[in-house]
Amino acid sequence: MSIPDELKYGRSHEWVKTVGDSVVVGITHYAQDQLGEVVYVELPEVGNTFGVGDELGTLESVKAVSEFLAPIAGDVLEVNERLEDEPNLVNDDPYGDGWLVKLSGSAEGEDLLDAAGYQEFLDQESA
Amino acid sequence: MHPWVGAGPEDQRHILSELGLKSIDELFASIPTGVCVDGLDLPPARDEDWIRRTLGNMASTNVAMDSMACFLGAGVYRHVQPSIVDAVLSRAEFFTSYTPYQPEISQGTLQVIFEFQTLISRLTGLDTANASLYDGATALVEAALFSHRVLRGKRNLVVVAETIHPMYRRVLDTYTEAAGIEVVVVAPGDDGRLDPATIIETAGDRACCVVVQSPNFLGIVEDLPQLAVAAHDSGALAVEVVTEAVSLGLLAGGGSLGFDVVCGEAQSFGIAPGFGGPHLGFFACDSKNLRQMPGRLAGETVDENGSRAFCLTLSTREQHIRRAKATSNICTNQGLMALAATVWLEAMGGSGLRELATSCFMRTEELKRRITVLGDPWRIAYPESPTFNEFLLVGPGSGAELVKRLASEGVLAGVPTTDWGGSWPDGLLVAVTERNPATDLDALVGALERLS
Repeated sequence: MSIPDELKYGRSHEWVKTVGDSVVVGITHYAQDQLGEVVYVELPEVGNTFGVGDELGTLESVKAVSEFLAPIAGDVLEVNERLEDEPNLVNDDPYGDGWLVKLSGSAEGEDLLDAAGYQEFLDQESA
Repeated sequence: MHPWVGAGPEDQRHILSELGLKSIDELFASIPTGVCVDGLDLPPARDEDWIRRTLGNMASTNVAMDSMACFLGAGVYRHVQPSIVDAVLSRAEFFTSYTPYQPEISQGTLQVIFEFQTLISRLTGLDTANASLYDGATALVEAALFSHRVLRGKRNLVVVAETIHPMYRRVLDTYTEAAGIEVVVVAPGDDGRLDPATIIETAGDRACCVVVQSPNFLGIVEDLPQLAVAAHDSGALAVEVVTEAVSLGLLAGGGSLGFDVVCGEAQSFGIAPGFGGPHLGFFACDSKNLRQMPGRLAGETVDENGSRAFCLTLSTREQHIRRAKATSNICTNQGLMALAATVWLEAMGGSGLRELATSCFMRTEELKRRITVLGDPWRIAYPESPTFNEFLLVGPGSGAELVKRLASEGVLAGVPTTDWGGSWPDGLLVAVTERNPATDLDALVGALERLS
């Protein structure tokens, strides 16, 4: 399972990447592996505001529908529109083209894990 | 204990001792005594033959729809019932199976559902139809909740025509009250049809959907394209409900006229009118909102050998998997009745359905013409408005009085609107189908003449 060092992680398996004064959010390699083949992604509307832990949208795989949550508080600046036709990007490139949402705000001061912390969290979860 | 025979006294003692209880009463001790019935005052038990004879005699005092000239409709219609429908329906493979959705063993059922969806899709003019719902009223409710979901819960108002079936509106009220959705009713204009300007005015910018019925409760065909535009101008979804599905043989389904949802009751397709049902709900929408659609969906696919096969699809959004977060609480379909409708429609064929619908329309027009000739005190409530196979007849007295007087003349002349209220005159809804031969029309016109 790849866990890039430069990202921050939420305990519900989202990753956060700071880009200027906004953040990009996606789900981790582990999360997409657990979900299986993603067939549909339901994204929030641009402009909507979310608090930490709010449901941002849903990911539908062939065996389940799961929510993904806001790892930080903020407004939706942009959503990954490519996912409408290519939901498989979430599986194929979870840290790159498979990103989900861009939020205003910052990961600073939020209760997020670094790569080593997330690895430890996964080890505990599977223990 | 035998699996198919109820527990006898010996079994009961055994079960109670296993449970550490002394009596059956102790087993049910948690039920408050205030709600318990202290003994039932029943007559002595009778033998089967007595019961058959006595209840048979009571039943024979009922007036069956087929025993006299019958013009009852108002949401439940009498149409031809080819023998092939019951012959297929009563096959044990279909009739006795419960939740028969496993693709490994249920290809027949899944194919029927797929065909049903295809037929509903064609008739409604929308590209996605579900596997069916309980009845027209709950289908309408699902359409309202669907619209609320599609607009992401931001619009809390449902605008509904007064001219949808009043019973449907009561079911809608029951659901929406619990869901915190407001319902506002729009009365028809002087011609019994909805005015698009009133719709726009009422909907404002708060409506998630505008619900209209066509042909409406008064049998009148609405101007659907204009109403769809009115709904969309308000930013709401346009929902058409159909209670007389045979009308779709002659009138275009709302999907091809701009409507986002077409739903309703398909009892007319091969299901005999019965008190309390069963009925058959249908629901069709645009595939772009597929994931907000309630209920089940059968899809066509290929099996591991590459052969055509059918399976349920999008089940991941249903209640048994998604629990409280499911799209709707509907986790089943009206399978056997959907089979009846499918066989009926396939037996009729496209041209057959059109012929049938045309025949209903022509007979109704003939009856309207003859009543107009008859004149005072009988009149058709909205003479200028187009109808399909039903119209509102007004006469000397309330609908409730008229139906009794006409029944004593040997005619079940229609359904009185008396107890349902509404902004229209109190009268009789008269429905004419292909099951009314010319002699029925003569009987009704004769009876009306005698009561003039």
